[in-house]
Amino acid sequence: MHETTPPPGATAPVFYEQEEHAHGDGGTLFGFWLYLMSDCLIFAALFATFGVLGRNYAAGPSGADLFDLRLVAVNTGLLLLSSITYGFAMLAMDKDRIGPTLKWLAVTGLFGAAFIAIELYEFTHLIREGVTPQRSAFLSSFFALVGTHGLHVTFGIVWLVTLMIQVRRRGLIAANQRRLMCLSMFWHFLDVVWIGVFTFVYLMGAMR
Amino acid sequence: MSEVAEPGLAPKPQGHGGGHGEHPHGAQGTFRSYMTGFVLSVILTAIPFWLVMGDVLNDTLMTSIVIMALAAVQIVVHMIYFLHMNTKSEGGWTFLALLFTLTLVVITLVGSIWVMYHMDQNMMPMSPHEALQKP
Repeated sequence: MHETTPPPGATAPVFYEQEEHAHGDGGTLFGFWLYLMSDCLIFAALFATFGVLGRNYAAGPSGADLFDLRLVAVNTGLLLLSSITYGFAMLAMDKDRIGPTLKWLAVTGLFGAAFIAIELYEFTHLIREGVTPQRSAFLSSFFALVGTHGLHVTFGIVWLVTLMIQVRRRGLIAANQRRLMCLSMFWHFLDVVWIGVFTFVYLMGAMR
Repeated sequence: MSEVAEPGLAPKPQGHGGGHGEHPHGAQGTFRSYMTGFVLSVILTAIPFWLVMGDVLNDTLMTSIVIMALAAVQIVVHMIYFLHMNTKSEGGWTFLALLFTLTLVVITLVGSIWVMYHMDQNMMPMSPHEALQKP
């Protein structure tokens, strides 16, 4: 019978490394960046919904009636401060100093918690006055957009506390450094989304 | 058990501190860059709140355009100083992913608002009073 010759590479595949990978972290940071980009699309959809429905008040209250811009300004300041304190935590991490890292992470968490507390106060205040998501399309899209951002911040705080425990127990090992860098991107990303929220929802809503 | 945890995730623990200063992925900033970003953000946040709360320009359309422009600038500031965005990290793939996402975001936002605005224009008009009577 005829003898079959396997094609080259069929029995033992040969891989050629064409280029050296740029990242030394196994691609986690890039993967997390891709997650953030997909999260960005979720917010884009919510912003688009608000853009379409934001003026459909159904004879109910409008943004100008509801929004307390001083409260929003305080909230914006809190989130901005939490961003810079997280930056300080990253700088302390760079110097391999566990104490300052934990301290700045705690400050960041407190600012985040204050942000959530004020937002919850705002929401309960609105709902107690009958300004619920069911009231109008404007309010549905408002609560969906701002609520989704608030949920992100809440889970960010949970993640932050988890990482503080991790750092305290294991120290600033490479894995924890990588996790802290992922959370850093997440946290700053939420601040970027908030820029869109306070500009499009609150400031432009309060003007009409 | 805890000693063998994640053997592949912690390469060269002793050489890490020295090599970390090189920032192979360009994900880290300095105190100076963080403070620059923070000061710029505070200014870019304060101006739109001042414009709207003080009703400085007396013109809703003009104020809207200005605060949207300031928001766009502030997003770029955050991207550069806080998220350490550049065109070189990960061989340019983070930047490419960002550009792709921005394209989709623009299509989503502009497309939705454009299409729905035109649909609103072509609908039968309904007063707020009629809207309340709808089931």
